[in-house]
Amino acid sequence: MAEELSGILQHVDRIGELELDDVAPTSHVIELENVLRPDEPRSSWPREDVLEQAPDPAEGAFRVPSPRAEG
Amino acid sequence: MSDLLAMSVAEAATRIQAVELSREEYFDAWREAAAGDELNAYLWRAGDRAVESDGSLEGIPIAVKDLFCTEAVQTTAGSRILEGHRPLYTATAVRRLTEAGAEVLGKTNMDEFAMGSSNENSAYGPVLNPWDRTRVPGGSSGGSAAAVAGGLAPCAIGTDTGGSIRQPAALCGIVGLKPTYGAISRYGMIAFASSLDQCGPLTRDVTDAALLLAAMQGKDRCDSTSVGIEGGIEAPNREDLTGLRFGVPNDLTNHIFDAGVRDLFEKTLEKIESLGGAVEEIALPHAEHGISAYYVIAPAEASSNLARYDGVRYGMRGEADGDVVEMYESTRAAGFGDEVKRRIMLGTYALSSGYYDAYYGRAQKVRTKIAEDFSVAFSEVDFVVTPTSPSVAFKLGEKTADPFSMYLNDFFTVPMSLAGIPAISIPAGLAEPGSGGPQLPVGFQIAAPAFGEQKLLDAAYALEQAIGFDAKPGEGADG
Repeated sequence: MAEELSGILQHVDRIGELELDDVAPTSHVIELENVLRPDEPRSSWPREDVLEQAPDPAEGAFRVPSPRAEG
Repeated sequence: MSDLLAMSVAEAATRIQAVELSREEYFDAWREAAAGDELNAYLWRAGDRAVESDGSLEGIPIAVKDLFCTEAVQTTAGSRILEGHRPLYTATAVRRLTEAGAEVLGKTNMDEFAMGSSNENSAYGPVLNPWDRTRVPGGSSGGSAAAVAGGLAPCAIGTDTGGSIRQPAALCGIVGLKPTYGAISRYGMIAFASSLDQCGPLTRDVTDAALLLAAMQGKDRCDSTSVGIEGGIEAPNREDLTGLRFGVPNDLTNHIFDAGVRDLFEKTLEKIESLGGAVEEIALPHAEHGISAYYVIAPAEASSNLARYDGVRYGMRGEADGDVVEMYESTRAAGFGDEVKRRIMLGTYALSSGYYDAYYGRAQKVRTKIAEDFSVAFSEVDFVVTPTSPSVAFKLGEKTADPFSMYLNDFFTVPMSLAGIPAISIPAGLAEPGSGGPQLPVGFQIAAPAFGEQKLLDAAYALEQAIGFDAKPGEGADG
């Protein structure tokens, strides 16, 4: 896969040849600013429903293996 | 194909609303047709009808790409990592369709997480092109396109990030529309590249595409990037193209690869002129760099969006014998296919410190230039036209060895995605593939300024009527 990725980067590198110094980057195409909603609490999904999907629900939470001990 | 199945969605909806056709009978006919799927187009099919609402799409069964969350119904995004996953909610686009009376007929196969142009990246097997089962239907909405073209659904919805509705529509000989970014809510549409992803219809004609768009578009409080289309959408209605100017970007079209595609592109330009339209040359100087910019931006956004698949809260969990990091690694190594891994790595690299400016930063600037190129073009012409795909449907396995050769399928479609403007692909005709053999569909792409969908659909309609494409795949989808 390293070879494939290098190959792709070689093609992509073409944009390195363009003259782009004074150009502003675009992260988002439509002009929208601070789309907000009223600060009102809304109910969320029942906990049991959400946990039903979990690979390892336990004690009302998502159980995962412990992080590695540091050191 | 029976009369019921041959009817357009617009006609069926009218008849159902007028109580001339029963929704039960119509649904049963399509459910039976879908059951004959030999193209691997469907990952799940509905049993019974579920919808009683009235509306513009009353009784219309719709095939839904498996990237859209559908409450309590499996949603896999074409990936092992979401195998068996059943969402708690339904995507807004799908909800709006069912509120208008439509039924979900089934969930369609797709390239994993919408990454692909051939539907060969699905964890559930490739989809076959109904015109030639040794060839790809295109991607990533391959299942949706094959279903509509193969007589397995009257219409479908898909998603388009770099061409994933338009290109499979072209390769399967149907209509595919990518609306303006922000026209349709992305809530519940599993995210690939959030600044590019858009939902859109795949249909047998332009009128049906307009009907689906009209039902789905609109601002949604659950998607703060949605704005809808002011004034809504009406059925297209235009007899000719008098007074309209169509711009051909030679910077792009000089790169057309298949002789058959070039030939039909030129014939369609002649058709436009015969309808009173003016065809002019325009410049899109930066558009040919669209693929390079896109294959930095889209993987970068994907690397962030796909971080959520970690085996913790939903979906597949890998070996969990070690610590939590080992669990993340084993989950993602086992759950993601090769193309997804490729793009996550590319994206992470492009965003990493030391490389951000060289890759992601530059790609965003290329994006600005492409958007500007289109703005300038639209001050001179009403529409920009190109072939949709550089080639007709290629053989399964033909482009899988070299990822970049696969990426080039998006050459004509990516610039519109980067600029956020709407574009439609309509069938232009049939052409023989470069290597010889039975003829295959070719698509013609028309792009319009942002929120110009009504004018786009009107022009596409007039052209579609004049082209009169009525060929059907020789081999029926049911054998």
